Amino acid sequence: MSTASVLYDVPGPRARLRNNVLTLVSAVVVLGIGYVVVRGLADKGQFEGRLWEPFLRADVWSNQIIPGLIATVQAAVLSAVLALVFGMVFGLGRLSDHAWIRVPAGWVVEFFRAIPLLLLIFFVQFFPATASGYTVNVPAFTAVVIGLTLYNGSVLAEVFRAGVLAVPRGQSEAGYAIGLRKGGVMRLILLPQATTAMMPAIVSQMVVLLKDTALGWVIAYEELLNFGLKQIPANFGNLIPSAIVISLVYIAINMVLGYVAVVLERRSRRSRRSAAPPVQAPTAVGVGGGGGMGLGTGGGGT
Amino acid sequence: MDAFLDFSPLAEQFGTIMLGFWATIRLTLMSALLSLILGTVLVAMRVSPTPVLRAAGTIYVNVLRNTPLTLVLLLCVLGLSDTLQYTLSGDSSTNYYWWATIGLSAYTAAFVCESLRAGINTVPAGQAEAARAIGLTFTQSLRLVVLPQAFRSVIAPLGSILIALTKNTTIVIVAGYIEAASVMRQMFDDYGGTLPIFLGFAAGYMVLTLPTGFLFGWLAKRLAVSR
Repeated sequence: MSTASVLYDVPGPRARLRNNVLTLVSAVVVLGIGYVVVRGLADKGQFEGRLWEPFLRADVWSNQIIPGLIATVQAAVLSAVLALVFGMVFGLGRLSDHAWIRVPAGWVVEFFRAIPLLLLIFFVQFFPATASGYTVNVPAFTAVVIGLTLYNGSVLAEVFRAGVLAVPRGQSEAGYAIGLRKGGVMRLILLPQATTAMMPAIVSQMVVLLKDTALGWVIAYEELLNFGLKQIPANFGNLIPSAIVISLVYIAINMVLGYVAVVLERRSRRSRRSAAPPVQAPTAVGVGGGGGMGLGTGGGGT
Repeated sequence: MDAFLDFSPLAEQFGTIMLGFWATIRLTLMSALLSLILGTVLVAMRVSPTPVLRAAGTIYVNVLRNTPLTLVLLLCVLGLSDTLQYTLSGDSSTNYYWWATIGLSAYTAAFVCESLRAGINTVPAGQAEAARAIGLTFTQSLRLVVLPQAFRSVIAPLGSILIALTKNTTIVIVAGYIEAASVMRQMFDDYGGTLPIFLGFAAGYMVLTLPTGFLFGWLAKRLAVSR
């Protein structure tokens, strides 16, 4: 990290001594906090073998954790694909020359970005039943996927828009100059370059999407969190150990995705295939990242 | 057409709804304050000359940023409060409020830290070098030169985080503390999931988030460091 070295000089003898003392003190403090946490858990008997032993058994993994993980990934992948389509349609819609397409597309995107995802999921689950006089029943999976699609699709629409806008104007002007039409310029010139620029932002949004599948808990969709914090503890009474194992699974997957985003960003920064700089990822604050409505800054434009 | 046009439930339950949004505001403001403090401490750790603190900060941010908020809140409420019996107040509602606030703050602080670190990166190296040249120590140059500029350049991202935090308070529904989302869930049970109820609550959240967005947009422009 370059800033760290800018903030302080190469240490001399006194600074080295001070740094060593500080390192020692902070190591003691960090270890002390760790000790208090571990001691607290141990005092409450959370390290008893019988609480952790289930995670060494093949059947717990094959019957609960793996099926939970598959359900999570299913919801995430399906919503990701649908959200990409939604984002493409509405992102390009917002760039349309026709106001009757551009304005409604803008309203849709801003609305779904501005409301909490959980309200959307509740609405998708309850509304069809009420409107049909309780004959239609929306499965939890569908409600989660539709909610995730609408919200993340709207965020991706902003990413798409920012990606296309990030391509220098000379590119599309050159396209028009050689006689391409609007569709041709978009398809042959803007989109290929915008894709390179927005790949990192799209992958970061996938981390958000994957984390948001955990909202399935609230409407009893049986995914990883549901297995990990409801069903396994119901059998073995080991909520804390189970929560720790499940969060390690989430962290591992998300860190890999995050790493892919960083690699893609580095590649796209030196790539010569695109004249556009990489689009910044929207602030990925889990559920409901992205800026407020009508700010015009949200969604990623650098 | 009951499910499409009947706005009367919103009027009937107006008081309850307002109490729900008041709880949302309380959760948001307290978590915003705590996460700003914790995020600032974390970012100081992450740029400090002490490797142990840097590592501790990095691990904290990576763990919290990659865990679903639902899991964080459930761990606080089901795990720390209910299973381990660490209660923060004799009153059950107050206890859940504080655990939910702690969960929200711990999670949001990771994002505050990351955006402040991005802000520190926007401060030109010359500023820090000048601070060192006039003999300021690490703490002084961070406190007097670097952080003030970093804060001013991250006002807009911090605004986005605050808006996201407002929306994230809905997940407190898993923590058993009554706020606007749980009021809506209850109304869906009582009146059915009608469009007017949904739109009413959506509008309620927009009333909270839109002014926040405009305020922070205005502040960011006003306080921008001119270079």
